[in-house]
Amino acid sequence: MYPEDRLYTKEHEWIRVEGDTATIGITHHAQDALGDIVYVELPKVGSAITAGKSLGSVESVKAVSDIYAPASGEVLAVNGELTSKPEKLNEDPHGAAWLAKVRLSNPAELASLLNAQAYQFYLNEESAH
Amino acid sequence: MEPAGAPGPLQKTPLNSVHRSLGAKMVDFGGWDMPVEYSGIIAEHLAVRTRVGLFDVSHMGEIEIRGPQALELVQWVTPNDASRLADGQAQYSALLYPTGGFVDDVLVHRFGPRHYFLCVNASNQRKDYEWIVANNRLDAEVEYAGEKYAQLAVQGPRALDTAQKLTSTDLAKISYYWFARGEVEGVPAILARTGYTGEDGVEIYIPPDAAERIWNRLLEAGREFDILPCGLGARNTLRLEAKMTLYGHEIDASTTPLEAGLSWMVKLDKGAFVGRDVLVGQKEKGLTRRLAGFEMRERGIARDGYLVRVDGEPAGFVTSGSPAPFLKKNIGLCYLPAGRAAVGQTIQVDIRNQPVAAEVVSTPFYSRQR
Repeated sequence: MYPEDRLYTKEHEWIRVEGDTATIGITHHAQDALGDIVYVELPKVGSAITAGKSLGSVESVKAVSDIYAPASGEVLAVNGELTSKPEKLNEDPHGAAWLAKVRLSNPAELASLLNAQAYQFYLNEESAH
Repeated sequence: MEPAGAPGPLQKTPLNSVHRSLGAKMVDFGGWDMPVEYSGIIAEHLAVRTRVGLFDVSHMGEIEIRGPQALELVQWVTPNDASRLADGQAQYSALLYPTGGFVDDVLVHRFGPRHYFLCVNASNQRKDYEWIVANNRLDAEVEYAGEKYAQLAVQGPRALDTAQKLTSTDLAKISYYWFARGEVEGVPAILARTGYTGEDGVEIYIPPDAAERIWNRLLEAGREFDILPCGLGARNTLRLEAKMTLYGHEIDASTTPLEAGLSWMVKLDKGAFVGRDVLVGQKEKGLTRRLAGFEMRERGIARDGYLVRVDGEPAGFVTSGSPAPFLKKNIGLCYLPAGRAAVGQTIQVDIRNQPVAAEVVSTPFYSRQR
């Protein structure tokens, strides 16, 4: 379920690192918990994002959820298709419905994120509560 | 979601395990463990608008009032005129405080000249019962009957075709806001042509021990129409498109029926009732605020509780705001100063600290073709 080529946050974002750049998205669990996604607010290209701070938001019919940056950096690109087709986030959150690509400013921050097994364990623990 | 008032286990309807086996997402709804969605709010909403949907609304409360003084008590505690009801007829009404604010909104059904049946909101049912008892100066018999009934709502253009397969009562002969006492699948049932979706349909009150069998039979009966089980998420978006008010949002102890656009349910000429004096005063002096429906004009979704501005100045709050899945617009309801609530008025809704343009529009947002 959760690809091993990336890291995860407890707020249900993922980040896939390639050199000093990275791609950010939300997890399958996040889209499933939200339900039908109808609105996405993405950061501006060129803006700075800070680990743990909101970089945008995603809204379903019933709820609003902040998207938190898994790591700090500069936004290089955003997935503009999501603005007109937010439902793609329900269909392919780990693939085509990525949110943003960033240049990492402090890759050491990645050490605090979860790998796929740890994220799955975290989800299991959460659902047991 | 607000936590339940009193700590303790969530209340469950007789269909709780059925919802779980259907894969519903469950939420704490005013102390009840209820399905919010099964296949998705948009799919469920569209099923009700175009075909048929099935809702478990067994959390709703029932209160029965009987005896020679039954009508007088109903007349005293509700603002609508229950004396106009015939046997088998229902009316939308309310329980009001002396301030004119809502204890709850209710559906009053007349079973007979000495027997009335009230359907009330789940989280208010104890409060409502105690309120009626406290105002029972006439010594009518008041029964809290919430545990005697499960309630299923079959809603949508194919609702009657679906439910008719389970009953010998001719549903087409029941007019809108009338009901029949008959049977469904051989068990005694109240079949009411009422609903909370803006569509045609029936609300069926049955004994709790028959709920699972009848639920499953209704899903079978509706299969040819692609029926979907529907949760409280779609129920909320459907009622909002139809501008039906929701207790705790548009209406509560601090709002009156006149402010909420429900003046048609207030019959000031029917005689004394709790709250009447304040409503007479509001009518004479004019309202200071009224409920308005709006559509977002810029990109953004208004949500419950967001600040509303007129000319940049704070003017009220969103009482309900959501995407409207059938209309494909972002809509909402809010209270506005009475002079600024006319159709065409430009307002702004603060969304994440940014004012976003919206416009007051005529309501209901959605009306079905009859």
